[in-house]
Amino acid sequence: MEESSGKAGNTPSALPNRRDKRTPMVLLTRKVEFAASHLYHNPNLSAEENRRIFGKCNNPHGHGHNYTLEVTVEGEPDPVTGMVLDLKELKEILEREVMQRMDHRHLNYELVELAGQIPTCENIARVIWQLLEPKITQGRLHRVRLYESPDLFADCYRNSANAARPS
Amino acid sequence: MSGALKIELGRRYRFSASHRLHSPHLSEEENCRVFGKCNNPYGHGHNYVLEVSMSGNVDPATGMIANLSDLDAFVELQVLDEFDCKSLNEDVPAFRDRVPTTENLCIEIFQRLKTFPKAKLERIRVQETGNNSFEYAGDNPEGNQS
Repeated sequence: MEESSGKAGNTPSALPNRRDKRTPMVLLTRKVEFAASHLYHNPNLSAEENRRIFGKCNNPHGHGHNYTLEVTVEGEPDPVTGMVLDLKELKEILEREVMQRMDHRHLNYELVELAGQIPTCENIARVIWQLLEPKITQGRLHRVRLYESPDLFADCYRNSANAARPS
Repeated sequence: MSGALKIELGRRYRFSASHRLHSPHLSEEENCRVFGKCNNPYGHGHNYVLEVSMSGNVDPATGMIANLSDLDAFVELQVLDEFDCKSLNEDVPAFRDRVPTTENLCIEIFQRLKTFPKAKLERIRVQETGNNSFEYAGDNPEGNQS
């Protein structure tokens, strides 16, 4: 495992071996659901502009969704446990970082991480990434997908221009 | 911080269309063997689900990559108006000389959507049935990441 370069590069089997160093990457996804309310309103825009841009989502009393969050972690299964990370631990992280902050909350008024931002799917997905990424210490966060409805979702990834991503 | 992360907007659309898989380059027997039931001369149909993924900067003023109403109008014009309740073989010029498999359908839809002016098309996924789906990211290697 440790020596697949150097002279080994001359043997026919060397190339697959080198590639194999990266291939046992497995993606693990856990899904949770939470219910929250929000509204879209930018105080820097006029009432007419807010209505034009955000439409029904600008209703001042807000509205709500059942959000579905899919969190995907990438990593090599541990040879002893066969796990990328302990699902129970991921469940606890999601409970602590996401559910307690967002479930049955008003995202405009109760989620400090979103202060000053419009609580769109895009922005909530990014906040969730930023909350989860430092907490996941086994494997690493690969994707956050947040569904606002079955037909609308946002994905958040590490930008491949800034970091190599196993494919 | 946002430069280190990539955000994509995903949106699902539905359309129903008929098709027949048949290649003029194959004999009747070969068509029958290769395409099986899908070669039925009268065609058949599916309820397709189209999933579109767009990337771009999240506008701080709106919190959006693209306004959904702009994206919906574009997809409506480019794809749904042309494909919904149509025969892919007869009504879509691209399939006059190409077999309307869902692979080719992906390529055709990608071509139609990649000119969306307000965000970058990353990839599309077309679900033909609950058990079959196909993805296409054009020549965009970053699109193949889900």
